[in-house]
Amino acid sequence: MFKKSVNKGMEKVKLFATWSSPFVKRIIWALKLKNIEHEIIYEDLANKSPELLKYNPIHKKVPVLVHNEIPICESLVILEYIDETWKDAPRPLLPKDPLDKANQRFWAKFSDDQVLPSFYGYIMKQGNEKEEAKETTLAHLKRVEQLLSEKKFLSGESVGFLDLVFGWLAENSRPLEVVTGLKLFDEDSFPNLCAWRDKFLEVPAIKESWPDQETLIAKYQEINLSKGK
Amino acid sequence: MANEVKLYGATRSPFVCRAVIALNLKGIKYELVVEDLSNKSADLIKYNPVYKKVPVLVHNGNPISESLVILEYIDEVWNGVPILPQDAYEKAQARFWAKFMDDKCFPAVFKAVISHGEEQAVAEAQEALQFLENELKVKGSKFFGGDNINLVDITATFVAFWIGAVEEALGIELLPKDKFPKLTEWSDNYVNCQAVKDSLPPRENLVAIYKKRFGKA
Repeated sequence: MFKKSVNKGMEKVKLFATWSSPFVKRIIWALKLKNIEHEIIYEDLANKSPELLKYNPIHKKVPVLVHNEIPICESLVILEYIDETWKDAPRPLLPKDPLDKANQRFWAKFSDDQVLPSFYGYIMKQGNEKEEAKETTLAHLKRVEQLLSEKKFLSGESVGFLDLVFGWLAENSRPLEVVTGLKLFDEDSFPNLCAWRDKFLEVPAIKESWPDQETLIAKYQEINLSKGK
Repeated sequence: MANEVKLYGATRSPFVCRAVIALNLKGIKYELVVEDLSNKSADLIKYNPVYKKVPVLVHNGNPISESLVILEYIDEVWNGVPILPQDAYEKAQARFWAKFMDDKCFPAVFKAVISHGEEQAVAEAQEALQFLENELKVKGSKFFGGDNINLVDITATFVAFWIGAVEEALGIELLPKDKFPKLTEWSDNYVNCQAVKDSLPPRENLVAIYKKRFGKA
């Protein structure tokens, strides 16, 4: 059990990560948006470090944020922790209004419970299952398209919590398109979503995060090739 | 502007019960709209078009869906008895456990129920519940929230009350006292809290429903 102690002086922030996890990436973006100095420890999930197992004994997963030796697990929990601990620096990730906040939390859950799994199914499955996953994902994306109908970003005027949560979609859709030939959505059917993707990827904190689009393409190609495709 | 609070729900639902407990804990006046889940109202579908599920809280015409989202909303809008801790780290811990409850415990318990207590399913459910047992042991407090109930206790309502009803209905054992002494003690304390007592459906109703729905012919 970790007991929180008041640590005057240096704030130490570590993030246990992998390059490919959509859940990790949203934390890296949050730390960069908030200008929080941090150290990233890349894990080999086939050979997890004793530190990771100590900090996340229940799930044994990444991301884990360790703030002054105290671990926080689960990406959505971490995002809210970062926002509450580094308030307003330079600006909040979540809105102040409880209703707006509730809406963002609802759609964040939708991303992780519905869209991500069906998108993953679309990429990984074959035959009929692939088709079904495609239809399901498109139906989900139509809702996201609607969310963007009057907004620049999912969180409103500037990039925020909900954009970081859906960021996996912005970041991975084109690289996966290039590598697998699977194009899920286009500018004609999803103009808002495509515009959002471009704007999101141009935000400096996002653009400057590793791996970038070119690296992702290379890494996905590597995986594809090693499968003998 | 009048403070109009409606809760769309069904008394059998442990998720709806969470919202009821929170509303009662804060002393909020609300109208309960009871849904027939086999014949959902046009209003419910309008307010929760994505999932068409209960609970949905409607506050001054604005709908909020998903029980944990509702609990946080209630805590942020209304003062009084707190549901979440103030400290950012304590809050993160509470959210972590609430998520664990819904992502791991509930599905595992559900699987054990619909399989009529199949050995492997029960083992997996107990494995998940063991984490809760350990957390109570480590905390050494009356509730997950310490001296008073919090988000985690409320999220665990299905453990405190629904599991017992299902055990009786199906004649299975999910939470034996000898294996789960802390959770058993916690359940007894939890269901006796006033706000919880005022919110729980009659146990015999649940037992009857589950006998019908899951019981062997």
